[in-house]
Amino acid sequence: MSTSTILSLPDQSTARIPRMNFLTKENGLLSWLLTGDHKRIATLYLISITFFFFIGGALAGLIRLELLTPQTSLMAADTYNKVFTMHGIIMIFFFLVPSVPATLGNFLIPMMIGAKDLALPKVNLLSWYLYIIGGAMGVYVMASGGVDTGWTFTTPLSTHYVNTHVISTAMAAFIAGFSSVFTGLNFIVTIHKMRCPGMTWFRLPLFVWANYAASILMVLGTPVLAITLVLVMLERAFGIGVFDPAKGGDPILFQHLFWFYSHPAVYIMILPGMGVISEVISTFSRKRVFGYTAVAFSSVAIAVFGFFVWAHHMFIMGISNYAALIFSLLTMLVAVPSAIKIFNWAFTLYKGSITFETPMLYAFGFMGLFTIGGLTGVFLGTTGTDIHLTETYFIVAHFHFVMVGGMLMAFLSGIHFWWPKWTGRMYPEKISQLAAIVTFIGFNFTFFPQFILGMLGMPRRYAAYPPEFQALNVFSTAGASILGVGYLLPILYLTWSLKYGAVAGDNPWQATGLEWQTQSPPLTENFTEIPIMDHEAYDYEWLEKQDLAKQQPGKEVASVG
Amino acid sequence: MDQISPVLWQFLRKWLEHFALFPPEASTVAPESDALFFFMVLVSLIGLTIVVLLIVAFSILYSKKRHPHAVQIEGSTLLEATWTIIPLGLFLVMFVWGALLYFRIYTPPANAMNIYVVGKQWMWKAEHPGGQHEINALHIPVGRPIQVTLISQDVFHSFSIPAFRVKREAIPGRYTTVWFQATAVGTYHLFCTQYCGTNHSQMIGDVIVMTPEDYKKWLESSTSGNSMAQDGERLFASLSCSACHNARPDARGPSLANVYNARLTLSSGQTITADEGYLRDAILNPSEHITQGYAPIMPTYKGQISEEGVIALVEYIKNLDSDYRVQQTTNTTDLLPDGEGGKAAPAAKAPAAQKGANP
Repeated sequence: MSTSTILSLPDQSTARIPRMNFLTKENGLLSWLLTGDHKRIATLYLISITFFFFIGGALAGLIRLELLTPQTSLMAADTYNKVFTMHGIIMIFFFLVPSVPATLGNFLIPMMIGAKDLALPKVNLLSWYLYIIGGAMGVYVMASGGVDTGWTFTTPLSTHYVNTHVISTAMAAFIAGFSSVFTGLNFIVTIHKMRCPGMTWFRLPLFVWANYAASILMVLGTPVLAITLVLVMLERAFGIGVFDPAKGGDPILFQHLFWFYSHPAVYIMILPGMGVISEVISTFSRKRVFGYTAVAFSSVAIAVFGFFVWAHHMFIMGISNYAALIFSLLTMLVAVPSAIKIFNWAFTLYKGSITFETPMLYAFGFMGLFTIGGLTGVFLGTTGTDIHLTETYFIVAHFHFVMVGGMLMAFLSGIHFWWPKWTGRMYPEKISQLAAIVTFIGFNFTFFPQFILGMLGMPRRYAAYPPEFQALNVFSTAGASILGVGYLLPILYLTWSLKYGAVAGDNPWQATGLEWQTQSPPLTENFTEIPIMDHEAYDYEWLEKQDLAKQQPGKEVASVG
Repeated sequence: MDQISPVLWQFLRKWLEHFALFPPEASTVAPESDALFFFMVLVSLIGLTIVVLLIVAFSILYSKKRHPHAVQIEGSTLLEATWTIIPLGLFLVMFVWGALLYFRIYTPPANAMNIYVVGKQWMWKAEHPGGQHEINALHIPVGRPIQVTLISQDVFHSFSIPAFRVKREAIPGRYTTVWFQATAVGTYHLFCTQYCGTNHSQMIGDVIVMTPEDYKKWLESSTSGNSMAQDGERLFASLSCSACHNARPDARGPSLANVYNARLTLSSGQTITADEGYLRDAILNPSEHITQGYAPIMPTYKGQISEEGVIALVEYIKNLDSDYRVQQTTNTTDLLPDGEGGKAAPAAKAPAAQKGANP
């Protein structure tokens, strides 16, 4: 084995997946559908969000195909409107919001803090069912003709003017919202109450801090969305005038309420992803995260400031100029903790001992793309430039850099990183490194031209556009096809690895988290005995001492390096 | 090269001809907006370069091959303070610069010529004070500040002229304004940028910037015969507004002369300025906007007048204090913004700049 990897696998000729683990404990469909095990629920989530990701991705493919030509040549304008609306709704409510917290968070948080399960296992299962009911309604809406309000449900368009399934869609998002509230609640209670002996707040892995911050946002923000959607449904069904000025309502009120949730929702999506990056960067550079406290508190700072910036979505909507000033200033303040994180991660590499396995490649991709996504956010948070750039492809590119370039890269990084823990088997390294690079290249080809399109003034949500925008749109569509390949590859090789991957052993990455101190895949109870945390997070020297201690009395430890 | 498929060749040619990378700068604020934009691009490029250089340099210097044992470092308060304070400082510079630009774009100068634009599914209807109407087009003179007062008749729309770097939402039920001063003659895109339903992407038009002479010709050739205020006057009579608002001592409604931009005390005790928005609300929803001392007897006109009708009424009321009819018949096109300083409310001067109506 070369020295360019930290991978340490058990001897493949003798290694076996432990006979007893959370996957094999019970068999049969019911044992899965009625499970209280956080790892099984995480697995259910992983399968279901992958399903929704591919629906959303297929819709994205349709959007890019339509935009190959300036005319509406592939589908009618109405169809296009439905396609981008469903793409947004599915990706946001059924993929991005639950992606890292409900899969990786669910799987890892109890193990990382040394607990047997989440505090409320039945509520955890309920969350998944709510998610599935919401998702099923989403699929029903799509199958029965779709909805064309845009994922933003802008009133009075959504309450009076469109003739599609607004109420079912709002209901789907409403129900899925409760899934997210319950998950957040569960995480908060678990992190407060179920840490193992010695696991102080400042020994928590940064992934736990990030999910904690996101949970606060889920619990406090999502109810506002729920209320707003109920009001939309009431206005649409019974004509109660809340938002429609023709009925005496105020359409600006809707914008305030909607963005009061939907801006923090952006942080619900990205914060857990940032948690993944902290774990991965630390492990593959064999170093503590630089400035642990700053990174931990920056998550909380983002969560707190994130609640006070919503009106930066409304700079051109006739809010008072002075209100715009205040919200712009607060937006600048929320940009700072993100900058802190980026530099802290970069300096975690300093004097480390770096290897470049797939999770690390995705993490590097995250850092570059999130930096671009974050900085272009400042263009939009600045009142003067927002006027020209908002509602154009600039904003589309900006949030795809953050959500796809940031969040999705982090998700894939995390999936690869914890795949051996989850399944007990390694993914194939070479092809997955290739997939990471293909994804990065495809991503930039797809979304970078959209910044230029936005500067040129091309409006978002246009089925047809003036011909001078075509060249850049063709670039973007070409990039999307590369990106599509980048996302299909992991599905193939990860499925392959379930049967043929190398047996991973307990701690293939020589990482320090408690989740690596138990078998892979873990037992249903996670640990054979309650662990005691006697070292700081990311203490690689402690790990080395452990290994030495193990090697001297016995010789059960496999080859290192 | 002819061996290459001619189709491909044509495709490439078409591409290059239709390849735009930067929008035209055609208003006074466009260069100012772009200056800030490029400052931010520069800062972003420097920031991105630093991050990428750090990652690449550390990846090379401290790869496992070269640096097999990591050195544990807790952190560094000094370094962390540096990368907190420097970005914060830069962001604050952008904030202040951006705020100055924002106030400039959304604060019309006093001598701006007012054009009303009504957005509706799926068209832009522009109403010039001289009574010219146009759909999905906006003719304006170069070098003259233009204020656009926007309203939507149905859903949210957004009035965007990328070449001018300005944009404003057209909102149902309330007026919003934006202004610009074109600097180059030409035809530019007018987009609706707020998703508004089926034909959102068809809600586009042209902004035609003309020389003052061409503009004058256009005004003369496009007039419908009545100025907007005259349309309003006709509507005022046909809706019997003058039965109460007639300035007689026993009138049941307040006199409307000089009401525009006056400070009014309402029956609720609230004091407001009678701007366009107030006048609109008082016509459509009078019971909540009664002037102190008058009985709430005015019926609502909601649903009876189109947005264009309301605009005509508002424009009529705005001009009641001026001798607008005289001005319109004697004074044709006084296009120069300078030398127009007057005692009356600035917007009331707008019709004076218009082409007279043919009787």
